[in-house]
Amino acid sequence: MSKLDSKIPEGQISEKWTKYRSTLPLVNPANKRSLEVLVVGSGLAGSSAAASLAEMGYKVKVFCFQDSPRRAHSIAAQGGINAAKNYQNDGDSTYRLFYDTIKGGDYRAREANVHRLAEVSSSIIDQCVAQGVPLAREYGGLLSNRSFGGTQVQRTFYAAGQTGQQLLLGAYSALQRQVGSGNVELCARHEMLDVVTIDGVTRGIIARNLVTGEMEKHFGHAVLLCTGGYGNVFYLSTNAMGSNVTAAWKAHKKGAFFANPCYTQIHPTCIPVSGDHQSKLTLMSESLRNDGRIWVPTKKDDTRKATDIPEEERDYYLERRYPAFGNLVPRDVASRAAKERCDAGYGVGNSKMAVYLDFAFNTARYGKTEATKRNIHNPSHEEIMRLGKEVVKEKYGNLFDMYQQITGENPYEVPMRIYPAVHYTMGGLWVDYNLMTTVKGLYALGEANFSDHGANRLGASALMQGLADGYFVIPYTLGVYLSAEVTRMSAEKDKADSIDKLKTNHPAFETAVKEQTDLINKFLTINGTKSVESFHKRLGLIIWNKCGMARNKQGLIDAIAEIQALRKEFWSDVRVLGTANEFNPDLEKAGRVADFIELGELMCKDALDREESCGGHFREEHQTEEGEAKRDDVNYAYVAAWEYKGVSEWELNKEELKYENIKIAQRSYK
Amino acid sequence: MGSGHGKELNLTLKVWRQKNTKATGSFETHQLKGISVDMSFLEMFDVLNEKLIVEGKEAIAFDHDCREGICGMCSMYINGRPHGPKDGVTTCQLHMRSFNDGDTIVVEPWRSTAFPVIKDLAVNRSAFDRIMASGGYVSVNTGNAQDANNILIPKEAADDAFGAAACIGCGACVAACKNGSAMLFVSAKVSQLALLPQGQVERKSRVLKMVAQMDEEGFGNCTNTGACEAECPKGISLENIARMNRELMSASATYTK
Repeated sequence: MSKLDSKIPEGQISEKWTKYRSTLPLVNPANKRSLEVLVVGSGLAGSSAAASLAEMGYKVKVFCFQDSPRRAHSIAAQGGINAAKNYQNDGDSTYRLFYDTIKGGDYRAREANVHRLAEVSSSIIDQCVAQGVPLAREYGGLLSNRSFGGTQVQRTFYAAGQTGQQLLLGAYSALQRQVGSGNVELCARHEMLDVVTIDGVTRGIIARNLVTGEMEKHFGHAVLLCTGGYGNVFYLSTNAMGSNVTAAWKAHKKGAFFANPCYTQIHPTCIPVSGDHQSKLTLMSESLRNDGRIWVPTKKDDTRKATDIPEEERDYYLERRYPAFGNLVPRDVASRAAKERCDAGYGVGNSKMAVYLDFAFNTARYGKTEATKRNIHNPSHEEIMRLGKEVVKEKYGNLFDMYQQITGENPYEVPMRIYPAVHYTMGGLWVDYNLMTTVKGLYALGEANFSDHGANRLGASALMQGLADGYFVIPYTLGVYLSAEVTRMSAEKDKADSIDKLKTNHPAFETAVKEQTDLINKFLTINGTKSVESFHKRLGLIIWNKCGMARNKQGLIDAIAEIQALRKEFWSDVRVLGTANEFNPDLEKAGRVADFIELGELMCKDALDREESCGGHFREEHQTEEGEAKRDDVNYAYVAAWEYKGVSEWELNKEELKYENIKIAQRSYK
Repeated sequence: MGSGHGKELNLTLKVWRQKNTKATGSFETHQLKGISVDMSFLEMFDVLNEKLIVEGKEAIAFDHDCREGICGMCSMYINGRPHGPKDGVTTCQLHMRSFNDGDTIVVEPWRSTAFPVIKDLAVNRSAFDRIMASGGYVSVNTGNAQDANNILIPKEAADDAFGAAACIGCGACVAACKNGSAMLFVSAKVSQLALLPQGQVERKSRVLKMVAQMDEEGFGNCTNTGACEAECPKGISLENIARMNRELMSASATYTK
């Protein structure tokens, strides 16, 4: 029998959530006050969950490694958030958002979860606006929308190129309100190092105070991991420098299955790598593809300036290959197409590993509209471009500034140079419909779980999922487990050594503290010759080259061997200086890199095992004649949930994916 | 390519080192050779830290995270200016092309009594979180909201609120101010919510509570020198302080519990 029970409610897809929500067990207000919930991570999922649960009356503690919860990497999301509001009267609906997300995920996501996501999407927008989030508006005072990849409706809400910032600050303000009223205890500059389980049930966490180095024990009736994705396994990614897999990985080693680790999203529009020194990559929002046209020269190794290349010698390859969606094809498709052109020798810039994202055409279009609006007849080209630039600036000003800052080039004058970069990870901890992992009482929300995006996430859906999980799913589904906890607590009321009396005095906490203290001391005493950073860089290179945009069997086999060798070298030759009892960023990073190395091996193993191409997972052996991803629905329509069995040992568990509402088909954006 | 692409710099760095909050700090001098002008300022620090680790010396602690100018975590005081010589950018978005070969660069932590140094260049800005917790929100529980388009908001008001809400909470305004005042930070949040219909109900109590908490945290007073606005990497306008003063006056005169 499968170890996986997804707990999907019975019934029609459109009624599952509503019905379930109204029948699931509740916890009465008095009992909520005695239930403690630990929330790890303070991004959109973590902040929204913590605030909502505290409002309901639970005792909540929030942990984040940054100096303030407001700095979580959700803050950097640029383009927008999807919701099936149909405010534009363009045919959007819950079903259409559901359908687009399943199709965009290349038919590898769980139908019931995705439908629920589409259902609650509208409430998210309502909630954020009520909090005072200043989303973009039209002159009539109504909310504005724009388009994103993989859809043909305008359902994306935004705040210039800073949507993630505004939504996170909204959730953060809700969180701070609860901190201010004493319902949430905030533990900033704390890093979770382990989950404490007793008899297979989650009872708390061990967190290191990053300022003092102290190991702290925290008891909780439930633990919510809202710790984001693992894109930094690639070293270079658009993630923040501190984004890491440690909390999820430690949970994995305590019994939480890790699902689909090989599903990683390589975002098509990022600023290309400029040199060896580079520490991170910067995204240029997908929203730019609304007005930017992607092209390369039709001649190989064309060294002319972009502006000197005439129209007829430009290959708008996305518009050519995918006329129906054009520049707005999903991310995996756009990324592979860019790689294909560059590998074939048509790339631009010094490295030849870049393509153009050109705003001239639409700048002119906007300019002409503006001229008409202002009654300027027969405007000159300069006049048109000047007017058009004003419009473009209003829409994307901060992104253009950022581009100029990093590259030293002015994107109002010359096309941007872009190349795909690691951006998001669809894989993550396996969760059931309640968002519980395979460890009782341990939950995963937002990017940290695997559930909603299948093998490829559509743009503007990450913010939607993080907030859906935190505001509108976990407040209900957590009660299913906690109501049972209330029953247990009452039954064990007179037991002298019950966990409710012992809490962090239970010996399991002391054991966990000792393990983590020993680990920290291990890092500090290896006293090798190579920096933590250098190991991270080498790991990233292996994974990018062999488990990146394209993968093949031999490459993955080699990568696994290389990663295993790197792990041995790390544990015998890493150099970490300073002490355990102080603020020591290098020591923090050592732990994170150690976990990335282990995860890297599992990613390659998962990619090797999945003998098909789907979404972000592209196996060179499995492609159509036109170079599109070729799925194998007969053999691989499942979630690969890996169970940790020891160093380099995992057991594969499969959750079959059933498509009862959407006809599974070859994905086409032509 | 950008101006001077491929060029390299030799630099002298004078960096503040301080073991912990209570320790006495001092400047430490480092020579760096062959720094590419395409590096960001923090990547230059990565290079320096790698060099230190190889030499067996402890790396310099500094705060940073997103490295794309939005999280507000990076916080260096460079050659006497928060976030360095270039206007409108955070330290992580400052690139070495803003410096010249042979330059001496002095790097200090944020300097303010309300932001105690944790170690080297990292400071404690939790006072900002406490100010937010005192009133920087709209009291609306999850699930209580009406349809988002039910209340129309003029585009101008939404844009102005967004302009104030663009604050990243980095603390450059405090570091730049000779009084160590947090007026720009606090006024940005007060303004955002005062400009929107959703913020009206708590408009008066909010400004009173946030200003009281600001004072309690030990931030100085505002004397209108405008250094905060000049150094703000996100262009938060001084108008917000004027607005907050009006809000405060009005609330002080009329608010009754």
